[in-house]
Amino acid sequence: MERSSSSLWRKIRSRYDLVGNECKNCGSSYFPPRVVCRKCGRKSKMVEKKFAGDGEIYSITRIRVPPDTFKDEAPYFIGVIKLKEGPMVEGHVLENGIEPKIGTKVRVRFRKMYVEGDEGLIYYQYKFEPV
Amino acid sequence: MAGIVGYGAYVPIYRIKVEDIAKVWGEDAESIKKGLGIREKSVPGKDEDAATIAVEAARNAIRHSGIKATELGAIFTGSESHPYAVKPTATIVSAGIDAGNRLMAADLEFACKAGTAGMQMVIGFVESGMIKYGMAIGSDTSQGRPGDALEYTASAGGAAFIIGKEKKQVIAEILKTVSFTSDTPDFWRREGAGFPSHGGRFTGEPGYFRHITNATKMLLEETGFKPSDFDYAVFHQPNGKFPTMAAAQLGFTTKQIENGLLTPIIGNTYSGASMVGLAATLDIAKPGQKIMVTSFGSGAGSDSFAIEVTDNIDAKRKNLTKIMEMINSRKVYIDYSTYLKNRGSIKKV
Repeated sequence: MERSSSSLWRKIRSRYDLVGNECKNCGSSYFPPRVVCRKCGRKSKMVEKKFAGDGEIYSITRIRVPPDTFKDEAPYFIGVIKLKEGPMVEGHVLENGIEPKIGTKVRVRFRKMYVEGDEGLIYYQYKFEPV
Repeated sequence: MAGIVGYGAYVPIYRIKVEDIAKVWGEDAESIKKGLGIREKSVPGKDEDAATIAVEAARNAIRHSGIKATELGAIFTGSESHPYAVKPTATIVSAGIDAGNRLMAADLEFACKAGTAGMQMVIGFVESGMIKYGMAIGSDTSQGRPGDALEYTASAGGAAFIIGKEKKQVIAEILKTVSFTSDTPDFWRREGAGFPSHGGRFTGEPGYFRHITNATKMLLEETGFKPSDFDYAVFHQPNGKFPTMAAAQLGFTTKQIENGLLTPIIGNTYSGASMVGLAATLDIAKPGQKIMVTSFGSGAGSDSFAIEVTDNIDAKRKNLTKIMEMINSRKVYIDYSTYLKNRGSIKKV
């Protein structure tokens, strides 16, 4: 995790609102946003695109041996989510009684990701909940 | 007068039963359930706080209202568990709903009524023409000292209301709002203290009942309405018993309050409590019906509202997340040790 105000601030729109971008030249969507389109290169016409947060699990794993940052969270699920608009996003998958499996539909939730001790910043971002 | 153009609520998925708390402290669960009128309460996930709950409620409200978040001219977030002592929850909400930057935002604290105080402020801004739409939120992850009576009720949840005055947008008109306020030391939490303190039985008559009954009587006097003129009534609900007693004292029936009384199944969501009750009532209200709401915040004060549902309410329900469906469909029971872990009281070492 980054540990600075400026880094957090730059990523707020992506992390809070799933704001990525798309190339108007070829229609490809990206999350997180890219400076140039992978297909179009210098012909890229990148514009901001906000993703709805609905998608399905493309891949899922349960983390039992976490990094120190998430030691109080384990065990927890990390998934690769295929958003309905196309891009793949890695994220935490919340437990709500529905077993998260490949193909399970999910929707976005707004959660705390990391808390910097008792005096530091709180990092909020998207997580996904099975529906 | 201005009215509600959209609303949304949010309650975390986790629940703990009275039995599981009572077992730890050697208490009799049945007498607590009977005495407090509560069966279980909501518990925030380890990654939830008053800001995440406020954002979830605000997103539901924006979806329901049909307006764009960038049309909001103000966001006020009321809570007694703001995640930061200095740094507003309201700015986190504005970013969490992508409301842009052309808006005013501020946090409020008034124990359990900071959310309805925000509603009154937004009504004033909308009525004056300073803003077109504004959002008021009540959201809390309230704290109960382990072993204290409050531990059975202090829960988590919230609701957001968008206020405006465009006739075609308003689903419920605010006919009148009044407040009754006094300096009453019934419940408090000092800066840096982990849990609130309270005056025990003193929180009842001089606190809750004095303010609830006076604000409600003022509203009835100033509008000319009688309790029977309202189809529904919502009172602040620190437990299941107080609002039932207050309703009886004021001449409201059990039938009028039952739809908005959620504390028995989710606990006291503090700043969210009366607003979540109003949301549950609006979920089932029909055009032309009247709703009376009186909140209460320790310290102390009550805000009372007379609300009339408009013909627009049915058409807007297509994007509504109903609170009872959310409560019943998203539920995971946890035991006391998981509850302590979720609350951050125990950590892996």
